[in-house]
Formats: sequence, C-alpha cells, structure tokens
Amino acid sequence: MHLSSEEYARRVQQAGPPSPIVRDCLWAFCVGGGICLLGEWFRQRYLAAGADPDTAGTLTSCTLILLSGLCTTLGWYQKLAARAGAGSLVPITGFANSVVSAAIEFQSEGRVTGTGAKMFTIAGPVIVYGTAASAVYGLILWLAGLI
Amino acid sequence: MAQRHGDTLIFSAPPVIAAHAAVGGKKESRSPLAEGFDELSRDNRLGQKTWEAAEKVLQLRAGRLCLQKAGAAERSVNLVLAGDLQAQCTASNYTMRELDIPFAGVFGACSTMAEALGLGAALCAGGMAEGILAMASGHFCAAERQFRTPLSYGAVRTPTSQWTATAAGCCLLRPAGPGVLIRAATFGRVQDYRVRDINNMGAAMAPAAAATLLHYLADTHTQPAALDCIYTGDLGRVGSDLLAQLLEAEGIGPYHHEDCGCLLYGSDPQVHSGGSGPGCCASVLSAHILPRLESGELKRVVFIATGALMSQTTFLQKESIPAIAHLVELAAPAAAQEE
Repeated sequence: MHLSSEEYARRVQQAGPPSPIVRDCLWAFCVGGGICLLGEWFRQRYLAAGADPDTAGTLTSCTLILLSGLCTTLGWYQKLAARAGAGSLVPITGFANSVVSAAIEFQSEGRVTGTGAKMFTIAGPVIVYGTAASAVYGLILWLAGLI
Repeated sequence: MAQRHGDTLIFSAPPVIAAHAAVGGKKESRSPLAEGFDELSRDNRLGQKTWEAAEKVLQLRAGRLCLQKAGAAERSVNLVLAGDLQAQCTASNYTMRELDIPFAGVFGACSTMAEALGLGAALCAGGMAEGILAMASGHFCAAERQFRTPLSYGAVRTPTSQWTATAAGCCLLRPAGPGVLIRAATFGRVQDYRVRDINNMGAAMAPAAAATLLHYLADTHTQPAALDCIYTGDLGRVGSDLLAQLLEAEGIGPYHHEDCGCLLYGSDPQVHSGGSGPGCCASVLSAHILPRLESGELKRVVFIATGALMSQTTFLQKESIPAIAHLVELAAPAAAQEE
C-alpha cells in the first residue's frame, strides 16, 4: 500500500478523540480528594473516641480498605473508577480494589489455584517494588548516617 | 465450482446462506439492531457459573436456533466451522461437545466469521459438503478477564478502546437453494503496521481491511461504487477513519462503508470507539446485513471481518499487533435481485 508505516503511525496519533484531560483531572482531583477527606473524617472520629494518633491512622486505613472491598464486591467501585481514574487508583482504596477484584474474578478457578494464586496479579508488582524501594531508601539513609 | 483470481475465489455457482441466527447479551438488548436478533438475554451469565460457560451457551443457542430456523436436523450438516476468542477456542470446543456434527475449529480472532464463511463456501461449491455451519462468538466478560483486567477492577478506558460484544452468530451454508448468495471469498494476508497499543485495535486492523479489499477489487475488476455497501467487522470509529485515509491514499472511491462495531452499539458512550470481538460482526451479519440482502434492499455487498492476531504474551513482550482481514462477497437471492 502507498502509506508507509511511519506515515500511518503519524495518522494513528491524530485519529480518534484525545482523552479529555481537564475533565479527567477534575474527576481525579474531586474523587481522590473526597476519599482522603473521608479518611480524615474517620481519623478524627477515632481520635475523638480516644485512640492515639498511630492507632487512629491504622484504623482509618483498615476502614478504607474494608469499604473499598465492600464497594468492589457490590460492583460500585469500578463504576466510580471508570470516571475517577487516578483519583480512585492512588489512595489505599485502589490497592484494596485491585486485590479484591482479582480475588473475585478468579474464584471460578478454585480457592488455591484461582483466588490464592491470582489475588496479587495486579497488586503484586506494587508490593515487590514498594518493598525494594524501601530497602534502597533504607540503604541510602544508612549511608547518609555514616558520613 | 470456483475459479481462483489472485487471492480471490469466485464461485460460478454460488453457495447460499440458507438460514442464520444471532444471539446477544444484556448490552446488545439495548442495541439499535436489537430487533434483528433472534434471542437476547438480560443475564450475561446465561444461567451458568462462569463467563466461559456462558459464552458456550451463547454459541450453542445460535447454532441450534439456526438449525431450527432452517428446519434442518443436525445429521443434515456435514461440518461446523467455528471459532471464538477464548484460549484454544474453548467456547467453540465446548459448544461442539453438545452437537453431534464433525467440527473444525477456526481462529482468526475477530475475523473468524468471514474466515468460516469463506472456507464453508469453498467446501460447498467444491461439492464436498451439503450443509455447513459457520459460527463465531465473543463474550465481554470472558474476553476482559483473559486479555485485560478483572471485571470489578477500577480502570479508565481510553477513547480508542473497543467493547467486546457478548454475542454469537451462526449461518447455515448450502451448495444451492434459496438464500443470500456467497459469490466470492478473499482470504487476507497478515498486515503489521507496527501498532503496539492494545487499546487501539481499530488502528491495528484498518490496514488489513484495506489490503484485502484492494486485492478483492483488483481480482474481480470491481469498482467500489458497484457495491451497495462495504461492511467491515469491528474497526470502530477510529479504525473506520483510518481505513478511509488508507483507501484515499490508494485512490479508491467513491464507496459506501459501514462498520459492524459502530452499527451494533450506535452512539453508546460506554463502548468508546465501537464494538469488537468475533461475535460482533457475526451477529450484525445475521441481525442486520443478511435480512437487508434477503429483502432486496441491498443487492451486492462485501463483508470484511478483521482480526488482531496478538496474544497477551506477545503484547507484554512489546511485539506489535499483526492483523488479518477476510472478505466474502454477498448478493441478494436470485428472486430479490430482480425486484
């Protein structure tokens, strides 16, 4: 055909509507901010109930994870995420959603070979590289202490 | 018999599509073409425990409905040519566990229906079969979990992405008799224009559609204006736009083009660029194109189903997406031609 691969690639870039960046960012900002606001509200409630700041933080994380798991199971979280994008992906609720959705999806392949094996398909790399990054950070901190 | 001209088989005594059926799921029941479907289910599980089993039921329903509409028994069919998107074509394999008919699995991803029709027509025209079923199916949920992410995982779809149709289509081919005529078949060559975006299948497949159409037009000395419509399988809006640019560069025109992926869901914003999957064009063929040929509203069309031939593994290995397109030329039944 007359069009070269390079020329075609250029046309592919121009074809189709671009992602609505402003709208996507607004959604991400509002939903992400809303989730954090909800978390702060829980933290204040736990503090008011007499928890120390560390415990209140842990309880807040646990509550958000629980709520995200529940919303994922009820099929609500992905509906919100389809618009919110990074706003629902970045907070801890997004991490919970990635684990719970895989656990639900692969239960048809069995508790061990399905749910167990596939549960961390999406979240696994985050854990691996999160742990690796914290080790590197620790090393840097230790080296900085030697100087 | 058939004559070969280049890549195209021209059937001097064209085989016919004696009967056809389309079955769809929940989203398809809200399709602008919903009335043309033989059966629509509001439950995408179709009473099954898994999505894979649901797709099997979808394809089996299409096959049985097609036989029922033709008033044909299973034993009157010599061969089933069927395919789908599930790994190792399992939806078709498990469908055929229920039907006592010889079976040859075919895989051309979303081009499967045209591939099966072309092969089936060649066998019928060659006097090797009295009845052949050509079938293809797809299921949104089975495809999502195989190729992308779990269904309940929260992610944003890009504007170029497409929606795998939960649908199946089936056609019964006979060497002669009443029905839409299959006058020619062009089997495509694999095209790879170095598209790597798995969320832009239309862009990957448009060159394949253009290449096969160019071969067909040259082989049969046909002017595109002589065709009432050029139907592509599932290029979507983005792929259709690119196909127009490719054909313009080749000096092809004027012509009338419609894409099954765009027709199936109309302007539904959730599907973004349009529908896709083997069941998309297979069901649109049965629900929309064949009835219009039978009534004589359309006299002569080409049906070009396009398929992206990558796997999840090759995609992760950063390979580009090879694509293929197969074409069949369809004509109104002899009676409707004269109207």
